Amino acid sequence: MLLIRCPYCEQDRPEVEFSYAHQAHKPRPEEAEGTLDDHNWARWVYYRKNIKGVAHERWYHAAGCRKFFNAVRDTVSSEVLATYRSGETPPIEESRIEGEEISFEYERTTEPTSAEEGK
Amino acid sequence: MVNQPAKKQRFNALSLVRNAFSWHQNWEQQWRSPEPLDAYEVIIVGGGGHGLATAYYLAKEHGITNIAVLEKGWIGGGNTGRNTTIVRSNYLWDQSAAIYEHSMKLWEGLTQDLNYNVMFSQRGVMNLAHNITDVRDTQRRVHANRLNGIDSIYLDAAGVKKKVPGIDLRGGGRYPVLGASFQPRGGTARHDAVAWGYARKCDEMGVHIIQNCRVTGFDIQGGMVKGVQTTKGPIRAKKVGLVPAGHSSVLASMAGFHLPVESHPLQALVSEPIKPTIHTVVMSNAVHAYISQSDKGELVIGAGVDQYISYGQRGSQQLAEETLVAICELFPQYKRMKMLRQWGGIVDVCPDASPILTSTPVANMYLNCGWGTGGFKATPGSGHAFAAHIARGEPTELTAPFSLSRFETGFLIDEHGAAAVAH
Repeated sequence: MLLIRCPYCEQDRPEVEFSYAHQAHKPRPEEAEGTLDDHNWARWVYYRKNIKGVAHERWYHAAGCRKFFNAVRDTVSSEVLATYRSGETPPIEESRIEGEEISFEYERTTEPTSAEEGK
Repeated sequence: MVNQPAKKQRFNALSLVRNAFSWHQNWEQQWRSPEPLDAYEVIIVGGGGHGLATAYYLAKEHGITNIAVLEKGWIGGGNTGRNTTIVRSNYLWDQSAAIYEHSMKLWEGLTQDLNYNVMFSQRGVMNLAHNITDVRDTQRRVHANRLNGIDSIYLDAAGVKKKVPGIDLRGGGRYPVLGASFQPRGGTARHDAVAWGYARKCDEMGVHIIQNCRVTGFDIQGGMVKGVQTTKGPIRAKKVGLVPAGHSSVLASMAGFHLPVESHPLQALVSEPIKPTIHTVVMSNAVHAYISQSDKGELVIGAGVDQYISYGQRGSQQLAEETLVAICELFPQYKRMKMLRQWGGIVDVCPDASPILTSTPVANMYLNCGWGTGGFKATPGSGHAFAAHIARGEPTELTAPFSLSRFETGFLIDEHGAAAVAH
């Protein structure tokens, strides 16, 4: 079981008090209201970084203050390196993904559909 | 020549007796450990059950024998050696039923096909229902299974008790058993033997199984894969099939694309060996606890996945505890038993709990991943279907629904909960 420091309660609490809320710092795309295509919707809804190494992730203190916060955690050792409040800058950088440098931006790789071309 | 493929001796009673005279010292090598060549027609990355099965069916069904299977550790040392060996095909949706039942049919002839005893034991798989909602969902799934030609029956509580006398139908008051689905053709298989059997047959057909060979990058030119970089040097290939399980995101990012999967630890435990007490596989859908008894007499118990992403092959204590609590409530006679071993494996889970069998944004690169918590049962079917996909270079009837594009089109195959275990 992990010991996680809630940055709001300022206490080390056992993992069972928390719910995992996946990848942090993943903003809802601005075009979400209307113009976002299927490809980029899928990126926003389903795709996650799934980093092997140091990752920024969101946790929810479900059985405590019921606030969301962010944590920096090593996904190999599971060590929680730091926690910080929502909106704050991460104190430790995330691991770069192995291999080539790839952008996680909402880049478009599919061909536009004929309906879109007609616009 | 040590490094030439050769027809293997057949395993049978006669060969057993013959080798007994030499104290079993002269059994032939099961597979070679060749150094990689400069180029292959197909490279399979990942030497687990699925990867080896893919290579086997490519060689057997599609006549492609110029294959290398690259494994960063040793074959079958990942999830193939870490699962709870349960085989079943009672999935809800048609697409899943098709591929898992395809797999089940291959399981039924696998020992003969490989001439290697995979100890496939069709002792039945039971999925318990603990409340009215469970009962309704279970009955719905049973009906769906039957429409898809899969043997599946619904048992009421008395029927459960008759098959598994040791069960406490009150579940300690906490997990009452109201009924169950039962698939008689389901059961268990010897997980290591599956990897070894496939490896042996692959080797016989000339496939190179290269262990301790980690892929560190891909050689991609003009959007087409030309080869892989490994710890044993670069190797060229016309086609590359990725079968990486827990590390699928890591490999995909090396190739420059991303996946909608998350890697979580899944735990299992075995007890001290005891006399036969449970003659089928019992799974509790709601609490993600499942139990069967191995031929050695150990109770094989599976737990749930940790909530967080992890690449460390171990899980949290409380998950194993929750599982054992449920097992003890359902089977009070096991309360004083000791657990001998506990381990974890890393499973890559898709948002819809269905696998990904797909072509990728990189031409001639194919991907088989996302089997999540239930990949072992699919080993032959997955390999068979993926081999056809690789050989044809395009989706087959079985693999098409499991394309990566389903996350854009919305045609998800939502087996969360529906797949007979909670996720």
